[in-house]
Amino acid sequence: MNFDFSDDQKQLRDQARKFLAEKCSPKAVRVVLDGKAPYDKELWKGLAEMGFLGVAIPEEFGGAGAGHLELCVIAEEMGRANAPVPFSSTVYLAAEALLIAGSDAQKKKWLPAIASGEAIGTLALFEGKGNPAPKNVKLAAANGVLNGVKKPVADGAIADFAVVAARTGSSGRDGDISLFLVDLKAGGVEVKSLTNLDPTRGQAEITFKDCKAEPLGAAGDGWSILTQVLDRAAVLCAFEQVGGSDRTLEMGRDYALDRIAFGRQIGSFQAVKHMLADMYVSATLARSNSYYGAWALSTNAAELPEAAAAARISATQAFQHCAKNNIQVHGGMGFTWEFDCHMYYRRANAMALGLGSLSYWEDQLIDRMRKKNAA
Amino acid sequence: MNFDDTPQEAEFRSLARAWIGANAPKQYEDELRKSSLGRTVLRNANILEVAKAWQKKKADAGWACLHWPKEYGGRGSSPIERVIWSQEEGPFGQLSRMFIIGHGMCGPTMMAFAREEHKRTYLPPLASGEKIWCQLFSEPAGGSDVAGLRTRAEKDGGDWVINGQKIWTSGAHYSDYGILLTRTDPTVPKHKGLTMFFLDMKSPGVEVRPIKQASGASDFNEVYFTNVRIPDHQRLGEVGDGWNVSLTTLMNERSAIGAAVSTGFPELFEYCSSLMLDDGPAIEDRAVRSKLANWAVKASGLKYTSMRAISALSKGERPGPENSIGKLVAGSMIQDVATYALDLQGASGVVSGEDAELAGRFQAMLLRAPGTRVEGGTDEIMRNIIAERVLGLPGDIRVDKDVPFNKIPTKGR
Ligand SMILES: Cc1cc2nc3c(=O)[nH]c(=O)nc-3n(C[C@H](O)[C@H](O)[C@H](O)COP(=O)(O)OP(=O)(O)OC[C@H]3O[C@@H](n4cnc5c(N)ncnc54)[C@H](O)[C@@H]3O)c2cc1C
Repeated sequence: MNFDFSDDQKQLRDQARKFLAEKCSPKAVRVVLDGKAPYDKELWKGLAEMGFLGVAIPEEFGGAGAGHLELCVIAEEMGRANAPVPFSSTVYLAAEALLIAGSDAQKKKWLPAIASGEAIGTLALFEGKGNPAPKNVKLAAANGVLNGVKKPVADGAIADFAVVAARTGSSGRDGDISLFLVDLKAGGVEVKSLTNLDPTRGQAEITFKDCKAEPLGAAGDGWSILTQVLDRAAVLCAFEQVGGSDRTLEMGRDYALDRIAFGRQIGSFQAVKHMLADMYVSATLARSNSYYGAWALSTNAAELPEAAAAARISATQAFQHCAKNNIQVHGGMGFTWEFDCHMYYRRANAMALGLGSLSYWEDQLIDRMRKKNAA
Repeated sequence: MNFDDTPQEAEFRSLARAWIGANAPKQYEDELRKSSLGRTVLRNANILEVAKAWQKKKADAGWACLHWPKEYGGRGSSPIERVIWSQEEGPFGQLSRMFIIGHGMCGPTMMAFAREEHKRTYLPPLASGEKIWCQLFSEPAGGSDVAGLRTRAEKDGGDWVINGQKIWTSGAHYSDYGILLTRTDPTVPKHKGLTMFFLDMKSPGVEVRPIKQASGASDFNEVYFTNVRIPDHQRLGEVGDGWNVSLTTLMNERSAIGAAVSTGFPELFEYCSSLMLDDGPAIEDRAVRSKLANWAVKASGLKYTSMRAISALSKGERPGPENSIGKLVAGSMIQDVATYALDLQGASGVVSGEDAELAGRFQAMLLRAPGTRVEGGTDEIMRNIIAERVLGLPGDIRVDKDVPFNKIPTKGR
């Protein structure tokens, strides 16, 4: 047993942290936050050059072929830097869907383009309110043509292609759902940007009108593929959330050491100390659950579904908890646009919803634990 | 990142499993499994005798205090082997709770500060459970503020003479030895005038009076010292350096208690899996599931946090203040879990003991939980430790820090 990242992986983490500190300052994030650009193109290019976009993509498809532990390490740094790029939709969702279910031709077409930063991908799953569930997928696919509306679609306005969940049957079972690959630049789609909690990662509504699409994976396998994709993305997002938790804890700690009130550093008041200690506790629990998820993801262990749900819940809670208390520690300053606290608060709360809400994952976790206990 | 056993670990595991399979007191397995948390009693046997017998058997075969050096009664095992052992030992590990203070705190303190001949004399029978140790730190005037203690030690020839009172001393009523923190100089600031000793609990002048706890049990005691003589060679560390010595004990206490503490979650999950509520199975209920999921990730988070700590240990890193997290999280969790389990039972949750659901398991847990949040440092002290030593925030303001101990006011106002 060794429950830690290797020295090489830690080195990669340092490298990513250094790179992001330089290329992804809060000032750079604000360009996107203020609506002056849909995402940070320079950073995206830089990430490609560093090999970070394709770190878990096999070499034969243009990636670095390192693996998922390496991707976890980078995800943590992306979260820590609050990077305003379509990393999660492209790398965790679209690329993973292709890796799991893509044909050789599909992989050859899209994966190298992802790794090189030329193609942005996303997953079009949601259709308004509701958590991931076959019954919530109404968009219809017939004869290779899609009709319907997806919203919200993460990074939908800047994506080049989407993995789309569509209804291909009416039996009322999971087998009614199939996945399709859509080149969003090829016509048949209308894209509208939506304002959202976290402008540093856009959301869109995509309307498909007699849009040509090619199947991804076998017909009727859509739901089982999606479940795998969501589980894998849950672990990767958890690392982003852990990075965000750590960063907000650090921000709060630093401010508590700096700010003087009543003639003392506010960090010497026990109420403030204890708030920060509790932030440390939730960040630590989330990190540990995420490590377990990383192990399960990288070895494709049978424990992955349960580990992914636990990592997801724990990391979502931790990031929300740390981000909100970071503002509290900062007092009035924390509630200004000028301070960076709200950027993380936005990201934390947006990320809490992206793969389905907490209650969805709570349900998943209990189902999976029951299954394991029954086995 | 690897969860699987290495070939050596797998070999160790199968060795341990085979030995436990052949030697553990199986007749108590079921009872031990069910009576965990707040109440380890055996219906037809004296738990202390059963625990001692199991510990002795382990020691004779080289399975006691695994990570201690062989010459002190251990096995010289790696931290990971220790974890594997405890996984394999399962419910029988409950029996070692009797020894946790000796093994987890007194032993390591002796190892760090006692003379070599004392280590060789006292440690092996501690490891084998033949001798039980207690920790005599807390006093009426010094609990969280350990350094506020008043028990005096005065030099008299080659001996020290002890007078004063300790309180909350777990297991003092069946202990053979204890480590004792005393004040040797009241004219210097409180942290500077302390000195640590170990002593024979049967020494003349030691009087142990059991205290009845809130839970109804009597696991801890008051201990009175009247002109108790301790030879100077039983001093641990330098005169006046007792605070430093006690920090070693407290650091080990946190990792020993932190690693051993239960959360109550597996019990609650098992309970909810079979419980029927008015509207159907509890486990199908949205609200129940949400509660369970929240506790599940805390329990797993603690488990993997301790695995991370062990991985760090096995790379030679020292156990740090981050170990405080285990007790802090588990203490209030077990209290909440027990409260919730009783809530699910409705009005009948009030009945405790043998007539209660699951023979009162959650009621016992509820009544023990407040102690868990206090012993070995309260939740508030744990948070201070994390804030100050992990996050580097300023220490609490200590108005008595530079004041000679005998000038510190003893009453409010
Ligand atoms: C079951 C049990 C077993 C025990 N076994 C042993 C044993 O074997 N040996 C031994 O030596 N001791 C033992 N203890 C004693 C235990 O270590 C003390 O009870 C504990 O450290 C708290 O001290 P206190 O009881 O004096 O409470 P106090 O220190 O008086 O605390 C009262 C309240 O004030 C709070 N408080 C105190 N100081 C601060 C601060 N600086 N900041 C914020 N809040 C503060 C506390 O958190 C608590 O809420 C045991 C206690 C229990 C409950």
